Amino acid sequence: MGDLTVTKSAFKKRITNEPSILTALQQAQEVYGYITPDAVAVVADVFEVSQSRVYSTATFYHQFTFAPRGKHVISVCMGTACYVLGAQEILNAIEDELGIKAGGVTTDGLFSIEHNTRCVGDCASAPIVIIGERWFNKTNTTKMLAVIRKIKKDEQEGAQ
Amino acid sequence: MTKKKLEEIKDKYSSIVDDKWTQWSQKNDTPFFNNQVRKVLRNVDIIDPLSIHEYIATDGYFGLEKSLKITPEKVIEIVQKSGMRGRGGAGFPTGKKWQFVRESVQNSGTEAYVVCNADEGDPGAFMDRAILENDPHSVIEAMTIAGYAVGATKGYVYVRAEYPIAVKNIRHAITAARKYGLLGENILGKDFSFDLEVRLGAGAFVCGEETALIASIEGKRGEPTPRPPFPSTKGLYGKPTLINNVETFSAIPMIMFKGPTYWNKIGSKNNAGTKVFALAGNIANAGLVEVPMGITINEIINDIGGGVPNGKKVKAVQTGGPSGGCIPANMFDLKIDFDSLQRVGSILGSGGLVVMDETNCMVDVAKFFIQFSVDESCGKCTPCRIGNKKLLGILDKISLGNAKMKDLVELENLSKIIINTSLCGLGMSSPNPVLSTLKHFRKEYVEHIKGHCPAAACKKLVTYEINEKCINCNRCVPVCPVNAIKGELKEDHFLDKEICVKCGKCAPICPVNAIIKVSK
Repeated sequence: MGDLTVTKSAFKKRITNEPSILTALQQAQEVYGYITPDAVAVVADVFEVSQSRVYSTATFYHQFTFAPRGKHVISVCMGTACYVLGAQEILNAIEDELGIKAGGVTTDGLFSIEHNTRCVGDCASAPIVIIGERWFNKTNTTKMLAVIRKIKKDEQEGAQ
Repeated sequence: MTKKKLEEIKDKYSSIVDDKWTQWSQKNDTPFFNNQVRKVLRNVDIIDPLSIHEYIATDGYFGLEKSLKITPEKVIEIVQKSGMRGRGGAGFPTGKKWQFVRESVQNSGTEAYVVCNADEGDPGAFMDRAILENDPHSVIEAMTIAGYAVGATKGYVYVRAEYPIAVKNIRHAITAARKYGLLGENILGKDFSFDLEVRLGAGAFVCGEETALIASIEGKRGEPTPRPPFPSTKGLYGKPTLINNVETFSAIPMIMFKGPTYWNKIGSKNNAGTKVFALAGNIANAGLVEVPMGITINEIINDIGGGVPNGKKVKAVQTGGPSGGCIPANMFDLKIDFDSLQRVGSILGSGGLVVMDETNCMVDVAKFFIQFSVDESCGKCTPCRIGNKKLLGILDKISLGNAKMKDLVELENLSKIIINTSLCGLGMSSPNPVLSTLKHFRKEYVEHIKGHCPAAACKKLVTYEINEKCINCNRCVPVCPVNAIKGELKEDHFLDKEICVKCGKCAPICPVNAIIKVSK
């Protein structure tokens, strides 16, 4: 989750010594949680290029998002090993459970599913699902739905 | 830092490393490990990656020390003699590449760069991650040797952002190496300076292609450019640039320390040394496997991998990721090396080996890889951008059971056009999964056209059934969104195929796996 209270000038200071537009955008993603229009303006200003140049770089890379992600970001690895061991079924079940497609965010902002998670490099423990910082190895649909329902329940209780 | 100091550290820490090695070999006294030859992975899971001392105790940085005593030409000669070929996939002779960069540095008189390609994007391959996480100093040492050999003073490690621990460990190791005078000014007291910087990828598969990777380090869109000029003459910031991948670099220090025979005494003809494979998929023992080049697929899958679990039949092995192909089980006595895989329509690639059993549909697998290439195509050249989309459309038609025989011809023709006309390696190799499955599993394609999916994987061509294992527990009935499953608790259950929408929600609920997919 990003911190949207970081001011433009604070962000500008932070990226002044960045070696490239790409690394500056990586900073923006880290600071704000997504690429905000203000961040694009600052990057364009610092590197003395047009905003469209910055957008052209940002939209090329999957790492950057242009809207806030959910509180719990779910990544279902779609590498080959995960795929042949049923990752697509797990993804479909999670999409059904949350009522969103990969790339979307739930209306309450609690969950988002990453679009196109490519191999996360833990193929010996496939299939892999990552929720936030938690890794679930050799997982399956039943286990993952239980985990997601548990998070939902905890969030509801926390809200009350 | 001097040789004497290196030796002191080695003496002090070698007993710790020896103990760790003994513990590791006792713990891993299994066929999975005993049938391997671990050269590149020699330190993985043994030494502490955050301890430069432990790396030095395994003869670390002695290869660099030796290299700096001889001429750069001599260093390149040793790498050439070792027979090392690039482990990133294409198998280009490493020593020759170093030679090219050195020549263009001398001709142009400019500075040069050394780049480590750690943008391991091939799904199903994870050896580079393991090396960077567990033995980062081997990469640093090798890049420094390469810098000396080609005449560069600056290097970049381009790592995927998806590998946070690898990023952390390589950064830590760079700081430690600087502190010990193994990076920076006057390395080991010699008139040679070299330093490294880490750059993170941003999630673009095409950036594993060397010209795209260069564009990405420069902070631009990671689009490839036509070659020539090759990076060895005009690379990063227009300067001669040496690019090798992690696994290639990781073997260099020991080659320099022990001589070229360390590498070329094993392996097969023109394919010296070992190769690390990432064994995964439907296999009993998955993991990283390092074996001499030229051993057979059978040896890897059965002797090391322990075969396919759950009594299922192995069908194929996929090598080389989205640029590779599927090799059928009847060809498993094939020797694995760069040249023999190419002959059967696949590639060694970076070394991913994904084992597939009878439940994996080859049309679906081809579709999976083409979908990958569609998503990851940078869009610059038309054959790759539009061609792959067209391929996907035809494959979709096949998996829906709507295709005709002439679609297979179209699939082949279009594939050849994409291969011949694409700008970079991504496009040129993207149809390989289609062509290799068409070649070795044509029957399966034809079955789909007739309306059957033999592996019962393509949704449109399968039906769900409840078999005799059913214990009438009634758990599946409430999950069905269309009430297609009828039956009361402790009474026979029945699945109405006419109503069923094949959403698949019921199957994982069943405690005895009685709900199964069958081919129509």
